[in-house]
Amino acid sequence: MSSSYLTSVLIWLPIGGAVLIWLLPLSRYATGSLALLISLAEVGFWIRQAAHFDFSQPGLQMEERANWFGDLGVSYHVGVYGFSLWLVGLTVVGMAACTAYGFWVGRDRPRAYFGLMLLLTGATVGVFESQDLLLFYAFFEAMLIPLYILIGVWGGARRMEATIKFVIYTMSGSLLMLAAIVVYGLQAGTFDLVDGPMSGSRWLFLGFMVAFVIKAPLFPFHGWLPDAYREAPPEVAAVLSGVIAKAGLYGMLRIAITKFPDPTSFYRTTVLALAAAALVYGSLLAFRSPDFRGVVAYSSLAQSGLIALGLFAGTDLGFDGAVLQMVAHGLISISLFLIAGAVERRTTTGEFRLLGGMARGRPALATLLMTVGVISLAVPGSAAFAGEFLILAGVFQRDWWWAAIGAGAIVLAAMYMLRLISAVLHEARGSTVSDEALDLRPGELALVVPLVAGLLFLSAWPAGISSHAFAPDSPTAAVRSQFK
Amino acid sequence: MINTPSIDWFGLSPILALVGTAFLALLCAVVVPRAGRRLAAASISAVGFVAGIVLSIWLYVDSANGHTIVAGAFYRDRWTALSQVILCGIGLVTTLLAFEHVPGWRTYADLARRDDHVAEFFALLLASGAGMAFFVGAANLMVLFLALEWFSIALYVMCAIDYELEGSLEAGLKYLVVGSFGAGALLFGSALVYGATGKISFDGIASAIGSQGLTGDTFVVTGIALMIAGLGFKMSAAPFHMWTPDVYEGAPTTVTAWMGSATKVAALLLTFRVMTTAFPQNQHLWGWAFAIIATVSLAIGNFAALVQRNVKRILAYSAIAQAGFMLIGLSAGSALGGRALMYYLIPYSAAAFGSFAVVAARERELGVPVTLEHLAGFGWERPFLGVAMWFFVFGFAGLPLGGGFVGKFYVFAAAYQHGWVWLVIVGVLATLISLYYYLAIVRAMYMRPTAELGLRPAVTGGAPAKETLLHVAVGAALVVSVGSLFAVQPLIDLARDAASALPL
Repeated sequence: MSSSYLTSVLIWLPIGGAVLIWLLPLSRYATGSLALLISLAEVGFWIRQAAHFDFSQPGLQMEERANWFGDLGVSYHVGVYGFSLWLVGLTVVGMAACTAYGFWVGRDRPRAYFGLMLLLTGATVGVFESQDLLLFYAFFEAMLIPLYILIGVWGGARRMEATIKFVIYTMSGSLLMLAAIVVYGLQAGTFDLVDGPMSGSRWLFLGFMVAFVIKAPLFPFHGWLPDAYREAPPEVAAVLSGVIAKAGLYGMLRIAITKFPDPTSFYRTTVLALAAAALVYGSLLAFRSPDFRGVVAYSSLAQSGLIALGLFAGTDLGFDGAVLQMVAHGLISISLFLIAGAVERRTTTGEFRLLGGMARGRPALATLLMTVGVISLAVPGSAAFAGEFLILAGVFQRDWWWAAIGAGAIVLAAMYMLRLISAVLHEARGSTVSDEALDLRPGELALVVPLVAGLLFLSAWPAGISSHAFAPDSPTAAVRSQFK
Repeated sequence: MINTPSIDWFGLSPILALVGTAFLALLCAVVVPRAGRRLAAASISAVGFVAGIVLSIWLYVDSANGHTIVAGAFYRDRWTALSQVILCGIGLVTTLLAFEHVPGWRTYADLARRDDHVAEFFALLLASGAGMAFFVGAANLMVLFLALEWFSIALYVMCAIDYELEGSLEAGLKYLVVGSFGAGALLFGSALVYGATGKISFDGIASAIGSQGLTGDTFVVTGIALMIAGLGFKMSAAPFHMWTPDVYEGAPTTVTAWMGSATKVAALLLTFRVMTTAFPQNQHLWGWAFAIIATVSLAIGNFAALVQRNVKRILAYSAIAQAGFMLIGLSAGSALGGRALMYYLIPYSAAAFGSFAVVAARERELGVPVTLEHLAGFGWERPFLGVAMWFFVFGFAGLPLGGGFVGKFYVFAAAYQHGWVWLVIVGVLATLISLYYYLAIVRAMYMRPTAELGLRPAVTGGAPAKETLLHVAVGAALVVSVGSLFAVQPLIDLARDAASALPL
């Protein structure tokens, strides 16, 4: 297909842009503009890719393949499926919003900062597009490097501990995955994800899964999450929970479930239990959390659990709902973290006991937070409702009690989200909220409004994603055929 | 009348070029006035190494059918030639580094006196390079030992060349004592093997062991063990590593950069050749021995590096751990293992050289040994060197920023193909531990404000502040270490052709 170059462009344009930004001695303003331009170009290229994507065809599209090192069967092989297309879209849109946020707040050391943001964009797109295990691993690891520096340099006061924890947790998972990749690839004689055979090895399945459950994360592998989300700059926390966490869930779908059907059945109950635990425990922690970011962080844990529940239900509805929910939660979480950043900039804190009463005189902030919050707590008619409903229906087909647990957790979601909204917007005015604290500025609105508009669009037409993720096959059939 | 063997001069030409330029560089000490001595000696050294690179590439192309030359004393094959290309490449960048970072600059406030012994330094650099180039092609036990002593003696002197500095003298002495012990073990082992087989050539030993059924012979087994110990000293693998941190720390940083990369290349590549050529029947023994040495090196190198503050010591322990990774490939003893080892050494030697060169720049800036605290703010003050260091240490850690990632992947693949999943797991765990101290270097460079430094950067020794050549050398190392990630196939093809010269 003539438009297959887009697949590689989406990966290498931001990486090339990062190198360019590091090399050119541009001013702060020019650097930020260039980075923003590149991330908007990414969005443009993605729209073009989506327009050329043929949803009536099964299998990999816009494929590109080149030799990397042939003696072990490793190649540069990229391409997109329906569901990866949506995740790439989430990445480029989310990264554009977060890069713009960094530009808006004027981060120090702009060349380093924007270069790293672009590098992160390229690596994350690479994860969702690579169809070779080693290439996938390389991008999966490459995401970690800019994140490490972004949190470590531009993060909060306790950033050192946060970065160490984050890196050690995620690397211990991904190195076990590397061992699994070596064994799988040498047994199969190829590292290609499309050509590679299915495997029945439980050890290999666990090797892959440990990396994904840490990245997602699921209970009890979430130890790095609260620190990283609190100490990271808001836009980096937004990327972490909105986009990077989805890489772990994507890996479960693309590799663990697809290539290891028998181990998936064997460990299904275990993974569902971990996912349910993440969902309930995350929701409870979010309800008890004393600050804005804590609520969003733990709700991300809960949402990862919910999505994993959908994936490991192994039913059509579950897969469709999981993909929809990945995108919907990505947008929700990015919006919420950016709003949290806006609130923190005005009040210097995210702690609820110091906040409150911000709705008065700040209609834009109040409206946006309210809208995102209501979508997030899965009010009927919202995108998150569609996603959660599909997931619960899917997991209900597996066993009714999983759905019961999930439904219970959704009540908890309403509790923590309403608590967040009232603690920030309503109640008595907090001690840090001064009258001078402005409403959202046009610049900030320009970042958050498109994300919310995307959410409203998905609320109106959730089938836009849920029916176009695995088409034209049914999801289970597509997974069984290994997306060939 | 003694019958002289016919000599293939072309086969020896890289070594001869290095030896010849070594003599010329030494002459500079006498002939060239002090003002121009550094430039003259360094130029000669650069010419020598460039000639070495060109000739060994030529030899690589021209030696598709590997054979021994000079009456079976030396291998003219692609394994030798490729090793020599790598060694001469390291030599060339070391020359660039040494031009601005002459050992001795810390001692002399008087600029003029600094260049007193500069010609000797370059002569020793060329001589040790020649010794290593000779070493990697050794085809019998005699040449092996001679070449080992040849480059070792040059290195002993280079370590101690900053003789008004306590650390340097101490390093030289330590290296001399421990190194002699290693050489002694190697010599004793060689003697035992010769005693058992009556042969000194590697293939002669293999056929004697095969035809006389000496696989389990006490002399042969003890001899192999002692040879492994002797070579283990040179590659600084645990438990033969005790000298490494002290010597790397004490030696002038330029010398450390040269030793840390080149000696390892020579020792590991030669060891692979000796083991696969002379002792293929004993692979079950040396394979296990190296697997255990690899495990011990990974454990000791990584755990010890965790608690270091001095950056040169961290890098020294990291070098021990990296030897462990490369020994994983070596212990597999297969064609894939040989490829893995050869490939791994390319980004590794670039990163090892480059990281020490960056330390050298910081050392000059501050005039004190560089600890982690002293790196505070360095990444922002010297962006190019900071980013390069970033790539080097992440390359060591096996993150996909450089060829180190693919190298690790290859050695793990070799271990798995050999049936040693446990060794893969050991490697994975070791990588995980190593992250902590590699990240500590990045953390120190970028995440701490300069205010924490508590030291005023002061250029000592009246050195040129611009350090253009240092940047060129670091840039070259960076290009190799990152480029090897993208050019895996061509490099692997080279390594495969080189390894095809070995009886695998």
